Amino acid sequence: MQTAIQDESTVLAPEEAALPVIRIEAVHKYYDLGETKVHALRGIDLEIKPGEFVAIMGSSGSGKSTLMNMLGCLDKPSTGRYLLDGIDVSQLDKKSLANIRNRKLGFVFQGFNLLARTTALENVELPTLYARLPKDERLERARKALEMVGLGERVEHFTSQLSGGQQQRVAIARALVNRPSILLADEPTGNLDSRTSVEIMQIFQDLNQQGLTIVLVTHEPDIAHFAKRIVVFRDGKIRKDEWVERQSQAAEVLLNMPATDD
Amino acid sequence: MDFKATLKIALRALSRNKMRTILTMLGIVIGVAAVIAMVGVGQGAQQKVQDQIASMGTNLIYVSAGSVNRGGTHLGAGATKTLTDDDMKAIVREVPTVSAAAPGGGASAQVVYENQNWSTRVNGTEPQYFAIRDWQIARGSSFTDDDVSHSANVAVLGATVQQNLFGNSDPVGQTIRIGALPFQVVGVLTAKGQSGMGADQDDGVYVPITTLQKKITGQDWLQYIMVSAVSQPASYAAQSQITSLLRDRHKIRPGQDDDFQVRNLADVAELADQQSQVMTLLLASIAGVSLIVGGIGIMNIMLVSVTERTREIGIRVAIGATEQDVQRQFLSESVVLSLLGGATGILLGVAASLIITKLLGCAILISPMAIVAAVIFSMAVGIFFGYYPARKASRLDPIEALRFE
Repeated sequence: MQTAIQDESTVLAPEEAALPVIRIEAVHKYYDLGETKVHALRGIDLEIKPGEFVAIMGSSGSGKSTLMNMLGCLDKPSTGRYLLDGIDVSQLDKKSLANIRNRKLGFVFQGFNLLARTTALENVELPTLYARLPKDERLERARKALEMVGLGERVEHFTSQLSGGQQQRVAIARALVNRPSILLADEPTGNLDSRTSVEIMQIFQDLNQQGLTIVLVTHEPDIAHFAKRIVVFRDGKIRKDEWVERQSQAAEVLLNMPATDD
Repeated sequence: MDFKATLKIALRALSRNKMRTILTMLGIVIGVAAVIAMVGVGQGAQQKVQDQIASMGTNLIYVSAGSVNRGGTHLGAGATKTLTDDDMKAIVREVPTVSAAAPGGGASAQVVYENQNWSTRVNGTEPQYFAIRDWQIARGSSFTDDDVSHSANVAVLGATVQQNLFGNSDPVGQTIRIGALPFQVVGVLTAKGQSGMGADQDDGVYVPITTLQKKITGQDWLQYIMVSAVSQPASYAAQSQITSLLRDRHKIRPGQDDDFQVRNLADVAELADQQSQVMTLLLASIAGVSLIVGGIGIMNIMLVSVTERTREIGIRVAIGATEQDVQRQFLSESVVLSLLGGATGILLGVAASLIITKLLGCAILISPMAIVAAVIFSMAVGIFFGYYPARKASRLDPIEALRFE
């Protein structure tokens, strides 16, 4: 059920006509840590088109987290350009960046990063607050997003009352509530058991099917194979960038997995 | 984020740490309560001073014989003999802003009744004096104009003199001696208490001016004239009109010093009023210091709170909170904290004022101004001391914040 990582010589799928939603040109990133200077990204070029599902792999320190932060507009390249929907993000002010994070991007983290002592609904509602939507619409969107990830029955549950998989679903609902064009997921299955991980991947594949662009950071090869494309990082450079020949289908994988009590 | 949502988030954050919130609020509570109680005490004292000044009489102008310069030697106030009964009549007749005037003079004398004696001041005047000074007769009556024209040996006693000579028995109709002369007591004045300057206004005996001049001092000039203006605002006009009238009557050339003094008691009142205002301000500033200390407490707790919630801030920024959003969130927390403290402080301050009034018996005025000022000030404290922590929160690096454990 696993596809081996393909050779670099693999022919890429024919390019689609659409403009890239993410375009990274010759990006370098340096961190000045006092005495030592870390060269985290050493000349990255990357294009991601609408509707792609890209897995980014690499060991820790390979630069994948740095890239993720940059894609998420939380960090800026030291040199080079990052174009999001054709807009050079490094030229934008903080307020515009916050607006992009709020409306164009959805974040899913390894540690879920939900607010403690807050209900699922309130967590999901949060981005709509910052989008300054009217109250009725906020609640409606938040409920819908929770239904979409299969948590329609648990909107009033506090996050501490939910299992890890359910918490990650809340986080996905929160990432989707403002209808972003890109979902950025940083090790979303890192804290989950294998069945729950596949369930999360199923949600991702469904969303991707509906046209959502997904960038997924993972170090697990079998998780990466739920994506359509795998980009491998090492020492701040892209070592491999290839299409997955046989994408794992989460629905099929789940059928062959024993059900858990969860 | 809209106001209601911001407020809701702030209240929830504060309710998570109830004990801490209450202790932090306590600083503001005590500060605001202290300001309100202290301003209350100060304004109560101010009111008391104003009442005392009012007790000296309404719209009073005090014209006294001045000093005179004889061959380079200044003689003391009251040394001139130029202020006369005719001057007084002229003032009443010619100054339109004056409603009444009474002459005055006096001497110290020993007053004796049976085996009791008391050293006091014997004042000569006319019956309207008591009306000008708004002074009621408690027992008996005043001497009359007839008594004045006949230089009758009649006396009205101040409450202190009555107390010392007669104790609790009724002095009206009794005969006392002033120096060697017998006087019949016709009335006793109500007690007026201390004057604004601290003198006992009740320590005195009042006799007809003619009796004083002819039988006690042997002087036919006046030491002072007590004038009442038609109103308090008019008293300033009256003051200058009296001055020019008397200069005219006394034939004082331009450039020469007056041989009299005209003092408007409104000026004296203003001075005393200013003094008590200074006291109020002083008390309020001392209380205000505690409000600032309370504000520092808020700042301290907000800084702790920002550190504790670093990760939360990171999450909020990652999902689209702007710097202003984060700043507003923490600022609204500190403002809610200080306003809640302010409201509680007002209740406590009012309660404290009422208790002080009961226990010490001194009047306390709770002014709406002080309450409004307390609310505004506590809000300002919240903004001022909440600004730095809120700004710190908004400037956090989201990547670092998300990594924060």
